[in-house]
Amino acid sequence: MTWFTFLVDNLLCRCLGISITVWFTLLFFCTIVPAVLGVSFGMRRLYMATLLKIFEWATLRMEMGAKEKNQELYKPYSNIIAKEPSSSLLQEFQELRGSASCLSSEPEFELADIFYFCRRGMETIVDDDVTKRFSAQELQNWNLLTRSNNNFRHISLRLTVLWGLGVLIRYGVLLPLRVTLAVTGISLLLVLTFLVAFLPNRELRSYLSEKVHLMCYRICVRALTAIITYHNRENKPQNGGICVANHTTPIDVIILANDGCYSLVGQVHGGLMGMIQRAMVRSSPHIWFERSEVKDRHLVAKRLGDHVADKTKQPILIFPEGTCINNTSVMMFKKGSFEIGCTVYPVAIKYDPRFGDAFWNSSKFGMVNYLLRMMSSWAIVCSVWYLPPMNREEGEDAVQFANRVKAAIAAQGGLVDLIWDGGLKRAKVKDAFKEEQQKLYSKVLVESDKRSCGANICASPF
Amino acid sequence: MGSRASTLLREEEIEEIKKETGFSHSQITRLYSRFTSLDKGENGTLSREDFQRIPELAINPLGDRIINAFFPEGEDQVNFRGFMRTLAHFRPIEDNEKNKNATTSEPLNSRTNKLLFAFRLYDLDRDDKISRDELLQVLRMMVGVNISDEQLGSIADRTIQEADTNGDNSISFNEFIKVLEKVDVEQKMSIRFLH
Repeated sequence: MTWFTFLVDNLLCRCLGISITVWFTLLFFCTIVPAVLGVSFGMRRLYMATLLKIFEWATLRMEMGAKEKNQELYKPYSNIIAKEPSSSLLQEFQELRGSASCLSSEPEFELADIFYFCRRGMETIVDDDVTKRFSAQELQNWNLLTRSNNNFRHISLRLTVLWGLGVLIRYGVLLPLRVTLAVTGISLLLVLTFLVAFLPNRELRSYLSEKVHLMCYRICVRALTAIITYHNRENKPQNGGICVANHTTPIDVIILANDGCYSLVGQVHGGLMGMIQRAMVRSSPHIWFERSEVKDRHLVAKRLGDHVADKTKQPILIFPEGTCINNTSVMMFKKGSFEIGCTVYPVAIKYDPRFGDAFWNSSKFGMVNYLLRMMSSWAIVCSVWYLPPMNREEGEDAVQFANRVKAAIAAQGGLVDLIWDGGLKRAKVKDAFKEEQQKLYSKVLVESDKRSCGANICASPF
Repeated sequence: MGSRASTLLREEEIEEIKKETGFSHSQITRLYSRFTSLDKGENGTLSREDFQRIPELAINPLGDRIINAFFPEGEDQVNFRGFMRTLAHFRPIEDNEKNKNATTSEPLNSRTNKLLFAFRLYDLDRDDKISRDELLQVLRMMVGVNISDEQLGSIADRTIQEADTNGDNSISFNEFIKVLEKVDVEQKMSIRFLH
């Protein structure tokens, strides 16, 4: 029997050998060569269109399944409550007091005043604007990923088979492919930037470094199967400016750097990240801060200012939100980058969550776990809009300028513009906001009579 | 986001909650989803810290009183049933006509129960009376540091004077109802839940 097993072994080895060779050749010609040269075959868009059709079919089947059981499909996208159009505290109490007669000059308090605070409080418990930005968005249709399904009960046999197939393809074919590409991309980056750094001629060095960076980012983009559409490229950031964008994930950097060269700003890390940082800074000017320097705002501002003043240096890429938000809204921009006084190039990035949610929930997943999830989803599809450059206007301070830029980015990306600080993900809200509410209410108590008195006199007919 | 939201809640539980509170099936599933997203510890109950993590609630001057209303006497955790029971007070009264299987006892969102909820926000020690001290404390929460002690004291005195009919210098629940009989409680203490 040994000759039989030997034959089978031999056959197996040969099959394995052939398939690995085929795989690597495909890999080389279909992804790495186009990445190096900067061309695209359009295969990823075809892939995207096919997937969309499959998702729609899957949702249809789930709806049919739900109808048979006479239940409704859980539709997460609609609101739980209809909120009153945001009337301010003053307006609401004015309505309340308007009908009161103005007899005394004493502050007017009513036991019913508590209803306002009570109702508002309850509304925020059921649905608030802030906490839902820190977890992944929910989807309308199911995209065959377990992580985004809320309707488990309605899955039929056909769907399960399809889902199983999906798992096989994603983990068996796509994931190893992507990991190989990622490793290739990063090693190329390390090796080539190391080599380029040795060149004496400054212009040649920056030219080559640009090419090397772009090439490696292109490979990384293919490692994630990211399908990016760039809009309005005529507004691309120029040297001596700062590029600001909304932040959803660390992958934002790869998405933007795929189309242009930026100087990155960040803390010095150890390990692999640190190695990459040191490699990158050898051939092009990035700004890495030591942990101790980060606290010193003047130092940070000075280094940014110096970089920006040098017109030969690339534009700086900054994410003023300071933390990852789930791509349904834009939260408060920190004013630091808007105080420097140079041209700001806003960029809006919007991910399509149907193919894989790119949001990094750092309290739930570590970096490695997150990357694995990214590489095992279908694809990362996003749109990038380059907005026209903005400058600080006369009489506008940094905070107002930041808000103006934020509003522009939110409008373009179809995101909700919030005044809340992204830091609320981890920190408690400042007491100052509560004190503001208390102050407003005190005003209502003390001044309500005077106002209603005035109104009655004006309205009286003679 | 609780991606297993609708599976962890059993059908029987949903039916029970439906009978008790009057919420519809889809509303209960949606609110369960919200409950799990607030439950950071993932242990099926909410603590006071879970509520305080909501920024818009933390800046509400009566935030702590509202949070307290969810927790029964002496307890520190509230489960989904308790959560729904408290929210049920804020269902609009009109919705009751659509719900045919309402129990014979008074629904949680009746006018009286809404008023009782508000009464309990004032009644800090749960002795069914709003004393002058309690009223002062709640007033202080609402106005912060912006009004002096004397003014606040006179506001409290006046309010008790107007409401108190039996002369015990505190407001009982019946006196509370009497004072608010002209107020549109149904509209002011209701949240429009969508189906």
